[in-house]
Amino acid sequence: MSALILLAQIEPSSIDTPAIDWPVLVPLLVLAVGGILMLTVASIFSRLPSSAYSIATAMIGAASAITVIPLWMRVTNIDDSASSTLAGAVAFDGFSLFLTAVIALSVSLSALLADGYLKREDLDGPELYVLLMMSGSGGIIMSFANDLIVLFLGLEVLSIAAYVLAAMHLRRFQSQEAGLKYFVLGAFSSAFFLYGIALTYGATGSTNLIDIKNFLADNLLRDDGLLLAGFALMLVGLAFKVAAVPFHSWAPDVYEGAPSPVVAFMASGVKVAGFAAIIRVFVLTFDQYRTDWQPIIYVLAVLSLLVGSFLAVVQTNVKRMLAYSSVSHAGFMLVGVQAATARGTAAVVFYLAAYSFMVIGSFGVLSVASNEGEQSLDSFRGLAKRSPFLAFAMMVFLLSQAGVPATTGFFAKFGVIGAAIEARSFWLAMVAMGAAVVAAYMYLRIIVAMFFSDADEGESADEAEADTPDVALASIPVPPGAAIAIGVCLVVTVVFGVWPGPIDDLAREAIPRLVAESSDFLG
Amino acid sequence: MVLREGFAVMNTLTLAAADASFPVLTSLIVVPIIGAIIIALSPSTRAEVPKLIATIVSVIAGGMSLWVLADFDIADAGYQLNESVTWVEGMGISWSLGIDGISLFLVVLTGFIFPLAILAVDPHHDAKPYYAWLLALEAGVMGVFLTKDLFFFFVFFEIVLVPMYFLIGKWGHENRKYAATKFFIYTMFGSALMLVGILATVFITASTTGNDVTFDLVTLAEGQALATTTARWIFLSFALAFAVKVPVFPLHTWLPDAHTEAPTAGSVILAGVMLKLGTYGFLRFGLYLFPEAAVYFAPLMITLGVIGIIYGAIAATMQKDLKRLVAYSSVAHLGFIVMGTFALNTEGIEGGLLQMVNHGISTGALFLLVGMIYERRHTRIISELGGLQKSAPIMAGIFTVVMLSSIGLPGLNGFPGEFLTLIGAFNAHRWWAVVAASGVIIAALYLLWAYQRVFHGPAEGENAEMADMNVGEILTMVPLLALIVFMGIYPKPVLERMEPAVEALVDHIEASVPGFSEPVGEIRTADDAESHSGDEHETEDGE
Repeated sequence: MSALILLAQIEPSSIDTPAIDWPVLVPLLVLAVGGILMLTVASIFSRLPSSAYSIATAMIGAASAITVIPLWMRVTNIDDSASSTLAGAVAFDGFSLFLTAVIALSVSLSALLADGYLKREDLDGPELYVLLMMSGSGGIIMSFANDLIVLFLGLEVLSIAAYVLAAMHLRRFQSQEAGLKYFVLGAFSSAFFLYGIALTYGATGSTNLIDIKNFLADNLLRDDGLLLAGFALMLVGLAFKVAAVPFHSWAPDVYEGAPSPVVAFMASGVKVAGFAAIIRVFVLTFDQYRTDWQPIIYVLAVLSLLVGSFLAVVQTNVKRMLAYSSVSHAGFMLVGVQAATARGTAAVVFYLAAYSFMVIGSFGVLSVASNEGEQSLDSFRGLAKRSPFLAFAMMVFLLSQAGVPATTGFFAKFGVIGAAIEARSFWLAMVAMGAAVVAAYMYLRIIVAMFFSDADEGESADEAEADTPDVALASIPVPPGAAIAIGVCLVVTVVFGVWPGPIDDLAREAIPRLVAESSDFLG
Repeated sequence: MVLREGFAVMNTLTLAAADASFPVLTSLIVVPIIGAIIIALSPSTRAEVPKLIATIVSVIAGGMSLWVLADFDIADAGYQLNESVTWVEGMGISWSLGIDGISLFLVVLTGFIFPLAILAVDPHHDAKPYYAWLLALEAGVMGVFLTKDLFFFFVFFEIVLVPMYFLIGKWGHENRKYAATKFFIYTMFGSALMLVGILATVFITASTTGNDVTFDLVTLAEGQALATTTARWIFLSFALAFAVKVPVFPLHTWLPDAHTEAPTAGSVILAGVMLKLGTYGFLRFGLYLFPEAAVYFAPLMITLGVIGIIYGAIAATMQKDLKRLVAYSSVAHLGFIVMGTFALNTEGIEGGLLQMVNHGISTGALFLLVGMIYERRHTRIISELGGLQKSAPIMAGIFTVVMLSSIGLPGLNGFPGEFLTLIGAFNAHRWWAVVAASGVIIAALYLLWAYQRVFHGPAEGENAEMADMNVGEILTMVPLLALIVFMGIYPKPVLERMEPAVEALVDHIEASVPGFSEPVGEIRTADDAESHSGDEHETEDGE
């Protein structure tokens, strides 16, 4: 009774909901809604041809990337029109848009790879595509996140889908193991990240990045232990996602066990999202505290470079090689992060875009050229004779990862090393280049196997003259989806390697900003 | 014929170009690339078609390099035929090309060696990728010699590794995989630190001068905005890359393997032009960009050069494999170039430049001959050969001339360059020149001894029945022999084109380094020194 009276006394006023700048959310909505729709459609019409899902996913991903274009115009055409929406929880700037496009495209390309793979391995289709889109939308949320809670939300959407994706290969024990391992370790890292958010909230009184930055600018913390502990824990969580040493130990096993098209996405989309968060949180928000976090990034970078390169060399499984090489590439990107300058950020953005294409391409070749579980170096022998296209494409991707000029990989390295030098981190630059040479040896081993060895000859066996007629080996059929994906990656890697100007300009305009919402709901 | 065809193609290109002048330097790089792409995409599986395309394209490039030679203005010491297009604006990178007396003859040499290597030797298998890689290699080498932008210099310097890696790894001899990988990793390690050096030069210059970031060589070199110690460190990072490429002792160990395992054309190009990327780099990016550091490290570099001369010669003497012997002789010859370059006077640098061209001709010819012997006898082991003179008198005759030129016999092309470097070194560091001169004697020892063991003595078994050179092979050797004699007797046309640029470089060093003056002899002036460099060699008109 009294409750009713109380209720009656309350004025029927609506709750203040934040204004929503809907167009900003379109790329995210396209991907997320597309995924949900596909799930619905797939459960109703169970007899659709499996390629339809692949094509649909590729188109949804492409559509999501295309919707970025008008938004990009809006951000870059008018001076500094970056803004935030949803009560400052979502940042709308060139940085988030650029990385959104990269993530959406990596969903698209991975989906194209998945079609032929699923058919060959005789697996069911739609779930993988749905999860891929879900994971991608998580990545987009991360790149848009302007609030630590939103960031965590994105991280979880991204990761939970990725855990399942890793275990997608039903009949392979290694795939199940990969999924479980990724899940257990990933859950830990998420917990670390969440605890880091809590501590940061305790130290600054907000989870909103703008508020945090303003608070730190206005107040001098007498005791910043809480904040520093928050940094450290958040960094653990994000370093895990990007597979930086010493939080990389999951990567080789998961890469080896998970289906190749999924690995292509994990090495591109997941990494992009992780670096988006690292840059926005550390380079941007905690700019003032850079002397505290830069040394940590420095150490992570050095360890990732060295461990990634040296352990890649001793592997015999190509997938594990590429897993360690992706650890080493994370190190390179951290070199750019460590610079903590506009140039460094632009260089990392370029690196992420370039690396996404070359890594999707190389896992694409891998998924076509060898059956799951048989990706030893030996299985690549004589690939040049069995499929010149695949071998040539793989060669370009590997040389690009090694940083040979006329590929995007070179310009990416060039950018991050330049940023490191501008920030006077000479030793870091030298370690990075040294690691690049070590890693190059590993890439060359694969190239030697593909081009200079015949399929029937053993590693140690005295080789026959290369001009002896080779054993009749069936040429490898390349599924059309995979051919398109590999072709796109190849063209991007070579064309923008020779002429990096356009992407470099875009990366330079993709500046992350922290802008408070104009219509001020926060008071 | 082919030349006329080439010019016709170029004329149409000229019409298409908006500029009044035809971008000949760009074409020198782009034409081989286009050729490589055409070959790679050509459907034919027959070996003749790629070879024909490769020949035409490389002859066009060679013709264009001669055109550049004809257009070259002798009196101008600076860059000529400049072309420049902005490439990556945000980084201050531009596609800017130019040529001067230092790069001119290296470009011509490249344009000359490639058609020869393509015509002289056929691959045993996979002709299509072979010729495509060769043309790609030509584009890369041309790029290194032509670019004025540090970014593109690095791009070309590094990109040449890929074609050469495949040439060695796919068409090489028994140990090719090892040699190819060693070559790639070794050279990449050298240039990895150079990338750090290039970026450090660019960014530190930008922050000290307050200007925009630029990779333009001339701006950076004329600005000289680096602090002394910084410049020395950066010089070391460049020097490491060049020293691996040259190779300077003790970084030479990749060379014998790569040379020995490479197919003949690969060895010819490796010795003919690719080793010069390093010595050219020293001149252009060591001396010009970091004059103070070059002066500071000159004693070290000269010492390493002289060690290279003696070590290379002694090692060559010990070789059982004929190709390896020639490879080690390259180490010795390039020692002379390094020594001459770091004598830091006109004679030394000019001698080094001349030696770069001459070494390309004579060692290229030697590798061709060794390749011909290998094709016939399927061995390069000296002890398994012998008495070839009886079965192959023409080959023996040509080998003699080429060998004598490599030894440095006056009247042949090896002499003027080597002699000038020795004069230069004598004026700068007298006793080192004396030690280096003994390298000339050892060169005579190992080459004559090798000749004696291969061509003289009783011929047994297959050696007695070895076929002599055929007409085609003789024809490929004729231009080389003509150059060997011409450059030995009358090097003036070459020297007078090099001289203004070399003198400008020495002046640049003198102007940039306080307290440094060109080391000339106590009695002789630079002019006198030259007129001593050989009776056949007339430079009285001097400057």
